[in-house]
Amino acid sequence: MNTSDGPVPLLELQRVSKWYGRGDGRFHALDRVSMQVAPGESVAVVGKSGSGKSTLMHLAALLDTPDEGRLLVDGQDASGLSAKQVAGMRNRRFGFVFQQFFLDPASSVLDNVVLPLTIAGVPAGERRRRGMAVLEQLDLADKARNRSTALSGGQKQRVVLCRALVTEPDVIFADEPTGNLDSATGAVVADELFRLNAEGGITLVLVTHDEDLAARCDRRVLVRDGRLGDSLVDAA
Amino acid sequence: MKTTDLLATAVRNTFRSKLRTTLTVLALVVGSSTLTLTTALGAGVTDYVTRQVAALGADDVLVVTATAQDTSDGPAEYDPDRSTGGAAAAGPMAGPPGGGSLDDTSLDDLRAVAGLSDVEPIRTVSVDYVRAEDGGARYETTIAPTSSIASSDLAAGEQLDLTGDEPELVLPEDFLEPLDLGAAEDAVGRTVVLAVTDVLGEQHELVARLVGVSNPGLLSTGAGANNTLVEQLADLQGARREQPAVYSVATARFDPGADDQELQQIKDDVAAAGMTAQTVSDQLGIVTTVISGITGVLSAFAAVALFAAAFGIVNTLLMSVQERTREIGLMKAMGMRDGRVFALFSLEAAFIGLLGSGLGVLLAVGVGAPLSAWLAAGPLAALGGLDVLLFQPVSLLGVVLLIVAIAFLAGTLPARAAARKTPIDARRYE
Repeated sequence: MNTSDGPVPLLELQRVSKWYGRGDGRFHALDRVSMQVAPGESVAVVGKSGSGKSTLMHLAALLDTPDEGRLLVDGQDASGLSAKQVAGMRNRRFGFVFQQFFLDPASSVLDNVVLPLTIAGVPAGERRRRGMAVLEQLDLADKARNRSTALSGGQKQRVVLCRALVTEPDVIFADEPTGNLDSATGAVVADELFRLNAEGGITLVLVTHDEDLAARCDRRVLVRDGRLGDSLVDAA
Repeated sequence: MKTTDLLATAVRNTFRSKLRTTLTVLALVVGSSTLTLTTALGAGVTDYVTRQVAALGADDVLVVTATAQDTSDGPAEYDPDRSTGGAAAAGPMAGPPGGGSLDDTSLDDLRAVAGLSDVEPIRTVSVDYVRAEDGGARYETTIAPTSSIASSDLAAGEQLDLTGDEPELVLPEDFLEPLDLGAAEDAVGRTVVLAVTDVLGEQHELVARLVGVSNPGLLSTGAGANNTLVEQLADLQGARREQPAVYSVATARFDPGADDQELQQIKDDVAAAGMTAQTVSDQLGIVTTVISGITGVLSAFAAVALFAAAFGIVNTLLMSVQERTREIGLMKAMGMRDGRVFALFSLEAAFIGLLGSGLGVLLAVGVGAPLSAWLAAGPLAALGGLDVLLFQPVSLLGVVLLIVAIAFLAGTLPARAAARKTPIDARRYE
């Protein structure tokens, strides 16, 4: 039922389980969760705080390993990948946009944006070219030399978005991308994300409890007590 | 991450928390400057002693004395054939006094030892005084007994002509002013008068030409005289009577290319003949042992300071790792490998070490060089050519490398903590 129809899913979780802690405090964070993410779609993972939605995203983004079950990337079992291959995949194919900005206050905006390229060992000239290109795309080119501390909250989150985009990833994982922003700036960042999804074909996995944001996705996955609720496909 | 980017990032991170880095670096500066000064002190004194020994020009000379026959406790019984009544003059190559004496038979035994040549007895003369030829005050002096075989550390003039027929003399520089001989260059070629008292109590004077002026030094105590002068003085002292051929010391040369084993063989052969042979460095062994002991103790203090500073590095970086949990997690989420995270923090530690040792070495040289110059010009002027602190580029580099290595090692603990952080840790840290 998983792989029979249509294109190979970009990401597929097969009966994935995750526990935290041990003994009496052992906590079943995810309980035999299965889901698929097709290339180019936008999926909202919704649920209450502590429901396991962030854990689900960590596993899907190869930031964590499942205790049971399998994770497939392009139909290939991720457990068969070496640490180096996993690191390389996160670097090239995944972009991360988290609620906390994680910007280095001591570096310029450009240096922050090209950090994934620096980690990948891309030469300085190419880093600069690609960093400026993505900053221009989000109308931040004039801020390239600024310190990130000099930016507003919305600008910071757009810089984070630039950093996620600079490696031209296949999929962006966003955990409460607008959580720290007021509704106006939050809308700007959200618009940007959905524009990338619609125009650039970038797959979007969005963890949020913002109903409005979730409603804009192709599909919503509800996580409750570590289990998946019904997937809702929006008519829009 | 490329190594150059890693280095640049490490350097930039070091300056992110300036106060903390400064304090850690200061602790290293204390240790590194102390270590630099102690090694410079050791090098300075050792270099001085080495140059003094080299100035003697007696690398290939063995000093031979009779081995004391009586190994039991208490004074040795008098033996008219052996006793010399004690050595007349002390010097670095005079050998232990009162050990016994050598006669012509012993000299023949020595000549029979393989590897030894130029076996010569040393005649000791005790000079009463030296004065300028045209009168004036008279000053006590001694003739270094081995001056006829060793060369002097000269301020002016030339070495003694060991085989010449003219009586020749080398005087220490501090005799020039009292004897009114003028500057060292002017004094060379002048003549002075030496006096000895013979066995009958009569005093004799002898004129000798000054061919060189020696630097005052640790080892070159007293004047130097060539064979002709020593012979003439000894004859005067002995009142031209036949003396029993008894000497306290003899010298012999060995092949300077001989290795330690061959040299030991020669010493063993001499010992078998009832005599003791020592090289100049054997006799100076005690001096170098004391010097290396003192510098060793001082260096131990520096090591303690560095040890404490290493804990400072561990503490600083552990705090830094804790503070940067989110940053480390982000970098790992973006595909930075554990090894590179480890390398990043280790490099930060090494860079702190480089800063601390570099500044410490500069401080030590900046303070030590003028201090050494002041000491050489003032309180220690009597020891000509002594640089108390000798800063050698190699040892300065060695201090820097050592401290960078210590810092790197200290940094491995926090670096390991950093490498173990996961992206999930970073998210929980929020």
